[in-house]
Amino acid sequence: MEWFYEFPNMDDDSLRNLKKAIDEGFRTFTRAYGDTIEGFFSPLQHFLIAAERFMTQTPWPIITLIILAIAWGASRSWKIVTSCLVTLLAIGYFDMWDDTMRTISMIFVCTLLSIAIGIPIGILMSRSDRLQRLVNPALDVMQTMPSFVYLIPVVMLLGIGKVPGLIAVVIYAIPPMIRLTNLGIRLVDKDVLEAADAFGSSSWQKLKNVQMPLALPTIMAGINQTIMMALAMVVIASMIGVQGLGQPVLKAIANQYFTLGIFNGLAIVGIAIIFDRVSQAYGKRLQNHREVVHG
Amino acid sequence: MADQHFDGIKIRNLYKIFGSNAAAHVEAVRNGLSKAELNEKFGHVLGLKDINIEMPSGCIQVIMGLSGSGKSTLIRHINRLIDPTAGEVLVNGVDVVKMNELELREFRRHQTAMVFQKFALLPHRNVLDNTLYGLEVQGVERAKAVDVAMRWIERVGLKGFESRYPNQLSGGMQQRVGLARALANDAPVLLMDEAYSALDPLIRMDMQTVLLDLQKEIRKTIVFITHDLDEALRLGDQIAILRDGEVIQQGTSQDIVLRPADDYVANFVKEVNRGRVVQVEAVMVPPRAGLSPNGKTIPAGTTIEDAMRVIAKGPDGDVAVVDPSGKAIGVVNLRQLAGAMVNSHGGGGSQNGASVASAS
Repeated sequence: MEWFYEFPNMDDDSLRNLKKAIDEGFRTFTRAYGDTIEGFFSPLQHFLIAAERFMTQTPWPIITLIILAIAWGASRSWKIVTSCLVTLLAIGYFDMWDDTMRTISMIFVCTLLSIAIGIPIGILMSRSDRLQRLVNPALDVMQTMPSFVYLIPVVMLLGIGKVPGLIAVVIYAIPPMIRLTNLGIRLVDKDVLEAADAFGSSSWQKLKNVQMPLALPTIMAGINQTIMMALAMVVIASMIGVQGLGQPVLKAIANQYFTLGIFNGLAIVGIAIIFDRVSQAYGKRLQNHREVVHG
Repeated sequence: MADQHFDGIKIRNLYKIFGSNAAAHVEAVRNGLSKAELNEKFGHVLGLKDINIEMPSGCIQVIMGLSGSGKSTLIRHINRLIDPTAGEVLVNGVDVVKMNELELREFRRHQTAMVFQKFALLPHRNVLDNTLYGLEVQGVERAKAVDVAMRWIERVGLKGFESRYPNQLSGGMQQRVGLARALANDAPVLLMDEAYSALDPLIRMDMQTVLLDLQKEIRKTIVFITHDLDEALRLGDQIAILRDGEVIQQGTSQDIVLRPADDYVANFVKEVNRGRVVQVEAVMVPPRAGLSPNGKTIPAGTTIEDAMRVIAKGPDGDVAVVDPSGKAIGVVNLRQLAGAMVNSHGGGGSQNGASVASAS
C-alpha cells in the first residue's frame, strides 16, 4: 500500500540522469552555437546601446521637451502633458533621471521589437485556424512560465547583459501584442469584408484597407498591454544585468532599503502611467470617426 | 456605357447545398430528395434547387422571397461570393463558376458592383473615400477616382457630405453612399442585396425613386433582392419568386398579380395595392358599337390608379384606352376599375381582359 500514500515517482538516479542529460545537451548546444547566436543579435545590441546613449547623454531639458511633444502629439490633451511634466520633474529631482532614461530606452526598444514581431505573427494567426491552435499554447507558456525560469537558458546562451534582458522582456511582453492583433482582425465586421471582396479587393488590399484599420483600436490596446508588461519585466530582467530602475530595486531588496525601493518603484509607476495614458489617448484619437454618431 | 454589348445574366441548373460533403448529394436532390429529407438523413442544408433565370441586359430583375428562401444566397452566386455546388452562372456569356481566383477578382472589379443590406461601408473612411473604394481597388489614379466619385455623390444627393463619416449619416444617407460606391464602378451588373430593407418606409420609397430615375439613364442589369412584394412590383421589369430555394414563379409584375402560380404567391398578392400594379389592359373591354367613349383617352400601360385619377376628374362614362399609335384598343369605366382594385383574382372586367394583358 505504499504507492497509495507516497506518489510512485521516478527513482532518484534516473531522474538525476534525465536532468543531467538535458542540461548537458543544452550546454553542448550553447557551446556550439552560442557565438553564432550572439552574432545574430549584435545589431540589436548596437541599437540598444544607441538608444540608451541617446536617452542618457542628451541634456535633460531636451529629453523632457521631446517626451512632452510626443505626449501632446499623441493625446492632444493638456492634462496628460502636464502630468507627464510633473512626473518627469519629480523623477529628476529625486535623482533617478539616468536610471529612468535607461529604463525608458529599454522599454522603447522592447516595444518596437514586440510590435515588429508580434503584428506579423498576429496577422498570420488570424488567417489560419491551424496556426492559431499552434501559437496559442505557446503564448500561454510564455505568459505563465515564471519569468525567472526562462532567464536561465537566455543567460546560458548569451551571458549577462542587455541583449539577454531584452529577449527575456520581449518573450514576456509579446503575447498580448500577438493575441490582440489576431483578435482584432478576426473581429472585423464580416459584412464589410464581404463588401471588400465584392469589389474585387486582393488579400493585401483587404488587409491594408479594411482589416488593419478596423483592427487598429484592438491592436493599440495590445501595444498598451505590451508596454505595461515590459515595464513589469524590466525589474526582473535587472537580475541579469539590465540597467535602469530595476537595479536599485534589486539592491533595495537585498539590503532592505525601504525608501530606495519605494522611490524607484514609484518612478516605475510614474512612467507606466505616462505610457499608459499617452498610448490610450492615442488609440482613442485614432477612432474618432466612431464617436460622432448620427442623432 | 460599358454595357453596350452586354449579354445579360443567365443562371442555369444552379444547385447549392450547404454541408461538408455537398457535391455527393446533388444527384439525389436532382432525383427528388426533398429539403427536409436531406437535412434529416445527411445533415446537409439545401440552399438552392435547380435555379434557372435569364436576366436580359438593361433590366431590373427582382428576386423576391421571405427570409430563408435563399434569395441572398442566390445573388451571391452571381459574383461568386458563394460557390455553387452545381450549375452555371453566365454573365455576359462567361461562366463565373469556372473562373480562377485572378479572373474572378478582375470580374468583380469591372463587371459587377454590389449594394448591401447593412450598407457595409468602411467606418474609418469618409463618404468620398468610401465612394471611390471600388476605383481604388481597380488601381484608378486618385485624381480621376475623386472626379468620378464626386459626380456620383452629387447624383445620389449627398453633395456637401463628402467628408462626413458613415456613422454621422442616417440610414438612408448611408445607403446612398453604398449606391454611389457601386455606381462609381460603372460595372454593367448592379447587385442589390435587400438594399432598402433596413430603411424606413418613406426613405425606402424615396430610394426606389432614386434607383428608377437612375436606371433610365444608366440602363444597367440590376439584380434586386427584396422580401417586400410592393417593392418588387414597383421596381421589377421581371420578378422571380423564391421559396425554400426554388423558383416558384417568374414573370412581369402583371403576371404575378393577375396569375399567381400557386396559393403561396396568391397569398402574397392578396395584400398588394392592385391599383398601382394592374394596368388598364387587364380591365378594359373591347370597343363595341353602342359604347360611346366620352372623348378622353388613356394610354395603354397606365395603372388602374392613374386611370381612375383621370376618369374621376371628367364626366361619367366610358373612356377609350389607346395604344401608342393612338388607336383605341378598349374602353374602361369607373365601375370596372373600382372592381379590379378590390377583386383578388383576375381582372375586374372579363376573362377577355386578362388575355389582352398577356398579349401585350
